[in-house]
Amino acid sequence: MKPKHKPSPETTGFFHQLFRSIFPYPLIPKSDQERKRYLLKNLILHFRPPTVPEKTLKFSLTWGLGGMAALLIILQFGTGLLLKFVYKPIPVAAYSSIQMLQNEVMFGYLIRNIHHWCANFLVLIVFLHMLRVFFTGAFHPPRQFSWIIGLGLFGLVLTANFTGYLLPYDQLAYWAVTVSTGMLEYIPVVGNRLQEIIQGGNEIGPATLSIFFAIHTAVVPVGLIILMAFHFWRIRKTGGLVIPRASGEDIEKKPVRVPTLPHLLLREVVVALVLIAVVMVVSVSFDTPLGDSANPGLSPNPTKAPWYFAGLQELLLHLHPLFAVFIIPLVLFVTLMGIPYLKYDTNTEGIWFASIKGRKMALIAGLIAIAAGPMGILADEYLIDFAAGLSGIPTFFGNGLIPFAFIFFGCAGFYILIKHRYSASNNETTQALFVFILVVFLILTVTGTWFRGPGMKLTWPF
Amino acid sequence: MSETKKQHKMNETEQMPSRRSFLFIFWVGLGIVAFIEFIGVVTAFLLPRKKKTKTGDFGTIIEAGKADKFSLNSVTAFIRGKFYLCRLEDGGFLAVSRKCTHLGCTVPWSDKEKKFVCPCHASAFDIRGEVISPPAPRALDVYHLYVENNIVKVDTGKRIKRSGFRTDQVVYAKKA
Ligand code: HEM
Ligand code: HEM
Ligand code: FES
Repeated sequence: MKPKHKPSPETTGFFHQLFRSIFPYPLIPKSDQERKRYLLKNLILHFRPPTVPEKTLKFSLTWGLGGMAALLIILQFGTGLLLKFVYKPIPVAAYSSIQMLQNEVMFGYLIRNIHHWCANFLVLIVFLHMLRVFFTGAFHPPRQFSWIIGLGLFGLVLTANFTGYLLPYDQLAYWAVTVSTGMLEYIPVVGNRLQEIIQGGNEIGPATLSIFFAIHTAVVPVGLIILMAFHFWRIRKTGGLVIPRASGEDIEKKPVRVPTLPHLLLREVVVALVLIAVVMVVSVSFDTPLGDSANPGLSPNPTKAPWYFAGLQELLLHLHPLFAVFIIPLVLFVTLMGIPYLKYDTNTEGIWFASIKGRKMALIAGLIAIAAGPMGILADEYLIDFAAGLSGIPTFFGNGLIPFAFIFFGCAGFYILIKHRYSASNNETTQALFVFILVVFLILTVTGTWFRGPGMKLTWPF
Repeated sequence: MSETKKQHKMNETEQMPSRRSFLFIFWVGLGIVAFIEFIGVVTAFLLPRKKKTKTGDFGTIIEAGKADKFSLNSVTAFIRGKFYLCRLEDGGFLAVSRKCTHLGCTVPWSDKEKKFVCPCHASAFDIRGEVISPPAPRALDVYHLYVENNIVKVDTGKRIKRSGFRTDQVVYAKKA
């Protein structure tokens, strides 16, 4: 495929030839035909499909969330690489290298802020992306495995955040990572060993810092690149995104397709520019905190896990550790992995909340959770102090098995009741249960982040 | 003739795939062995190394001081050794780890309340390291402790997990 109007070498100068050797296509394509070719000839753009189904361009299908996640990861790579030039992964030196970064390096604080805020946004955006995929039914065949790859990406993003959290090596970092890795000890059989491997010893120290640094700046980036390529490839192979439709409409077999350039690319660029603007405004306005240098002899009060683990930590305050850090997370993980492989009554891909009834049931499930969640927390805090009140019973039962059975049968009962009440399909009922668990989890996270004061007692945030 | 030739040919065609599949299985087997070796090397590389300083080695033993120096019912912090030397009411010694058994925060001793109170999730322990209030699931760890020539020594290389306090954990100085 020769470019049409390739000038003969004799008539052009050396620089023109050089330019053409790098960009063997017109820089600004004019016709649709040229644009399609442009897409294929450009290294970065040729990862994109030449055309996409027109209806999937609708903003309210994706909210641009997947693209935002990808952009935030690129920003993390850029700023992370810069930070690596200044940062020293050795205790004490790490802390002073961050101080130097902030006080002496030109734009050092800005780069650190961008890295910090993008990291936090990333958790939020990827979580929202997962929710949009779930609620538009985009996990039904043939997209089942895209969901699993997505979960892998989510795991990597959390790992990046967790390992990055330790790097500044201030009091906040040191103790947050101490309590988070302390949770590992409660995993039966392998827990102690696992903790020792991750910490590189018995407590957070030089070995931990170098392990975390290696994971953060090598293992995670490589993993992200591989899984992201896999994710995007799978999305293309499944024929693009789900096509939005109203409840009752059939799945379109032969959708109208439009060229990616300019239709999709333009939208992506707009979302990207808005997101970059938001990141810059936040990074200029809000500085990343840096506490005192890490002191293994003095735990601050309160010591909290990072916010994305606050839900887990809150659970730990209520339940026996075996259930809080092992059984319940395991059940949730298996459930998430299993979502695309359950047997559903219908394929609801492209319909927000499965159906109109599904929407209503999701709302009701959410409201019940908003009522039940805080009530459960308050009741456990002030009324049913299992550990003290039922002192005759071992805490494994009083704080573990009995509440767990209660939660389990509560969920099962909720499922059966709401299914009968609305004579719903299992798509709608599964979704309602998902919403219920989701909202309870969010309430736990909010409580752990804002409503826990000194000694981890319940307090008002302000 | 055609009969035997056919026979021969058939034998050949039957043998060929089996020889091929043998080689195939052989290579796949080698591949699996290589993969297992690879995993083994990586795992061995990443496992935490054995500590050079073994129990009783120079460097892990901390001389706390003369036994009479510590008053009854008192707690003294040893920052370098990461433990508290507790002298009980009856004169016995215990070297109690400062690491909370809940999630690993450092517990300070409150002399006023006569207990260890964890700042992280409010676990409390008495002077013997026994749990007074949860969430901590077990008593604070202790270190191996002995008295030599009336000098209290603690081996910080030897941390002992325990579910609760027992009198045989307490060490007494010989009455001089
Ligand atoms: C770093 C994290 C991630 C990145 C960069 C990413 C990126 C993307 C992008 C760009 C799209 C296409 C457009 C869009 O929906 O915005 C997409 C679609 C998709 N993502 Fe992700 N994603 C990530 C995490 C996840 C997670 C956590 C899940 C689910 C557990 C997931 C499951 C899917 C599925 C099933 C699709 C196809 C949706 C459809 O066909 O409509 N992804 N992803
Ligand atoms: C998904 C990608 C990433 C995420 C979510 C992430 C997250 C984080 C977080 C939360 C911190 C702590 C910052 C703070 O609040 O103090 C951090 C620090 C750091 N990260 Fe990343 N990071 C990512 C990628 C990278 C990459 C690719 C590199 C380098 C190759 C990198 C290098 C660093 C360095 C050197 C620090 C220490 C500087 C500091 O703490 O401010 N990061 N990262
Ligand atoms: S770490 Fe001491 S109470 Fe949680």
